[in-house]
Amino acid sequence: MSITDTTPRVPLLDLRDLTVEFATRAGPVQAVRRVSLQMMKGETVGIVGESGSGKSVTSYAVMRILDRAGRIAEGSIVFSGMPLQAAPETAMRDLRGREISMIFQNPRAALNPIRTVGRQIEDVMLRHGQATRQTARARAVEMLEQVRIVRAAERYHAYPFELSGGMCQRIVIALALACRPQLLIADEPTTGLDVTTQKTVMELVTELTRVRGMSTLLITHDLGLAAAYCDRVVVMQRGQVVEDAASGTIFRAPAHPYTRRLLRATPRPGAGLRDLLPEGAPAGEPVQAPPPDAPPLLEVTRLVKAYPRPLTASWWKRGAAEPPVRAVDGISFAIRRGESVGLVGESGCGKSTTSTMLMRLIDRTEGSIRFDGQEIGDIPPRAFTRSPLRARIQMVFQDPSDSLNPRYTAERAIADPILRLGGRAARAGLRARCEELAGLVGLPVELLGRLPHQLSGGQKARVGIARAIALNPDLVILDEPTAALDVSVQAVVLNLLQDLKARLGMSYLFVSHDLHVVRLLCDRVIVMRSGRIVEQGLTAEVMQHPRHDYTRELLAAAPEPP
Amino acid sequence: MRTVLLRLLGALPALAGVILVTFLLTRVLPGDTASYFAGPAASAESIAQIRAELGLDRPLPEQFFRYVAALARGDLGMSLTTGQPVLADLTARLPASVELTLAALLVAMGIAIPLGILAAVKQGSWADHLCRIVVTAGVSLPVFFTGLLLVYVFYFILGWSPAPLGRLDAFASAPPTVTGLYLVDSLLASDIETFRAAAAQMALPVATLGLFALAPIARISRGSMLAVLSADFVRTARASGLSPRHVILTYAFRNAMLPVLTTLGMVFSFLLGANVLVEKVFAWPGVGSYAVEALIASDFAPVQGFVLTMAILYVLLNLGIDLLYGLIDPRARMGA
Repeated sequence: MSITDTTPRVPLLDLRDLTVEFATRAGPVQAVRRVSLQMMKGETVGIVGESGSGKSVTSYAVMRILDRAGRIAEGSIVFSGMPLQAAPETAMRDLRGREISMIFQNPRAALNPIRTVGRQIEDVMLRHGQATRQTARARAVEMLEQVRIVRAAERYHAYPFELSGGMCQRIVIALALACRPQLLIADEPTTGLDVTTQKTVMELVTELTRVRGMSTLLITHDLGLAAAYCDRVVVMQRGQVVEDAASGTIFRAPAHPYTRRLLRATPRPGAGLRDLLPEGAPAGEPVQAPPPDAPPLLEVTRLVKAYPRPLTASWWKRGAAEPPVRAVDGISFAIRRGESVGLVGESGCGKSTTSTMLMRLIDRTEGSIRFDGQEIGDIPPRAFTRSPLRARIQMVFQDPSDSLNPRYTAERAIADPILRLGGRAARAGLRARCEELAGLVGLPVELLGRLPHQLSGGQKARVGIARAIALNPDLVILDEPTAALDVSVQAVVLNLLQDLKARLGMSYLFVSHDLHVVRLLCDRVIVMRSGRIVEQGLTAEVMQHPRHDYTRELLAAAPEPP
Repeated sequence: MRTVLLRLLGALPALAGVILVTFLLTRVLPGDTASYFAGPAASAESIAQIRAELGLDRPLPEQFFRYVAALARGDLGMSLTTGQPVLADLTARLPASVELTLAALLVAMGIAIPLGILAAVKQGSWADHLCRIVVTAGVSLPVFFTGLLLVYVFYFILGWSPAPLGRLDAFASAPPTVTGLYLVDSLLASDIETFRAAAAQMALPVATLGLFALAPIARISRGSMLAVLSADFVRTARASGLSPRHVILTYAFRNAMLPVLTTLGMVFSFLLGANVLVEKVFAWPGVGSYAVEALIASDFAPVQGFVLTMAILYVLLNLGIDLLYGLIDPRARMGA
């Protein structure tokens, strides 16, 4: 420390004993408890925590945009010398957007759907006197250029629905930076974006804030992301700060047990599936690769799904319209018995279309799908529900909450496929079978009577898995089964899936956008892009020696801790 | 422009269906036109003669064919009760109904939309409670009852409003016809006296119909405004420091209007139905009371003409709403 630095530096943002309460029917609930946090000018701080840790609520409290039920119960928020916890609403309004601004998760929803993006940027600049009616247009276009929107003058007139998710996030960034605020709060800015987009968005934020000398508060569930982009990381658990350290330190020597657990559960290069579980957890059965000569269970040959172009021309000209969109464009692969195969790609690459076709929920356009030696591509989806093969191909869906009927208890949800497809014999021992399945997936039997909203995310995921394996299927299609889960829950669920496969001898098709998660569970991976397979091979080979540029790009896009 | 043409073409099958169904319905209804007009003392021959004159003795398909052929020439047939061509009757009476319905719709929108929005913005305030009361009242009171109640209170007891006997009282003369809407015509002729007289006559029937239309509009306004206010983009707007006025009017209001617009089409069709009762209560010389009288007299031509007119009105109104929707929502423009 130099001599000139002896004057005590005043933090830009200073939270002391911040407590936020929410009024609920069961009385007040403290979402944030006595949180203290200091941020210097120009510093980038990450708040990391799992869902319900209070990280977002903390940032909303700073902006004073808590919803009706929430209030700051105790503590102080001081922003460059100004106390904010009791500041009048009019003063806060001047501050928001000009001094402190925010970037949100789900950028498309964060923009007004029926106002052009240019006008939305103008609104903010006009509000804070950063532009006049005459200059606003030019300044908005300039802002669009700064967030690297190509053809900015043209995109000024675009509506959010005409832009991709990544572009919408850049617009939101432009909106947040338009008035050159001192503090940027980024609340899960990259969640829901593709990995490659994630990387460009984060780099853009880092660069723009560094040039402006701004401070950034990054709120994320991803410890890796926080460590890669932040100077300092604050870990929150159940409304409290449990650790606050420089990012390098937190990775090398995590002090708090919770941080250690979080760190362990985060998929990272070099860690196996079992390494994700907390230390001392009972080790499952050893991970075994299937014998290489196992017979193929599913063979897909030159599979195509084409959709007609959306109607742009008038109906009498439709005959001469452009060729249909090929969402899946002639892919071929095979899954052997007892094997798990990962299908990786970014949104729009055709991976979900592929899994829906394999599930026989939609018709294919061309190609063949052979399951256990039988051609199932010819069976229309409607007829397939009555096929004896229906029970042998099952699926675990992406969102564990949305894929459960809210009026069914866990038991009823698990019993559903048995009641529909199991025949009379299976119905006799229904209760016993449900309990057995609950035992298999590690769901306590006493929870079987609960409704989905009474279960946690991880428990709902277990119900979804139990439902999929209820009929002893041969092939289970896992459609991003852990994307909506916290990392620690993800670690447990991935291990559970591995154990189930070893015990029941199923094959998996694991559909995901995240190579690092796929790697943990899969023997082989298939990388898709724009409806085609660009690379497929043994997981270890693809990860270590990717042959295709796109695979390399995907691998490089994952945030790397220091 | 092409969108409009396409939409009008698309409405043709629906109109053809309406023509066919009303034709068949009026034919299967009990009651014999010929014997009704021949009078109770008529002989069998004279009834048969009238039937032959009206063409009612021919087979149904032929009657239908003649009817459609006449329609194509713009001939809706003759009303037997008034002795006038139906087209002339309808053009004379339609403006009265249109004026009443539009005025009621405008009044209802003018009250219900601000009320619904206020109720959503200030949840639990007096506006919210008022909104709830209005919605409940509007839904639970039948139109003829509110009509009679208003007449009883404002005409019979208080004597504030003129006798509920038509569009103008007996001593005033109608303004020169331009649009057929008295309020508009009297203003065009800058005849304030007539304007005031017409407005006074309209007040009660418009209030009756308006109260009926108020409920669904207020309810949808409140609901959609609440949904929009909790949307992510409203949070973004608030987090950017935009003023509450700007957030509510520019960001929330325009988005919240989309479902309201859809409801308006539905409310309009309810109003057309309710119109018939209100016109009866207030002796309003509109098409609704005309059609009911014709129906009672088994006079087919006016009934068919009325239903067809309403169908065309409804198609035009929905087209207008869809165009307006496209104006507000860029996403709807894409699909059009």
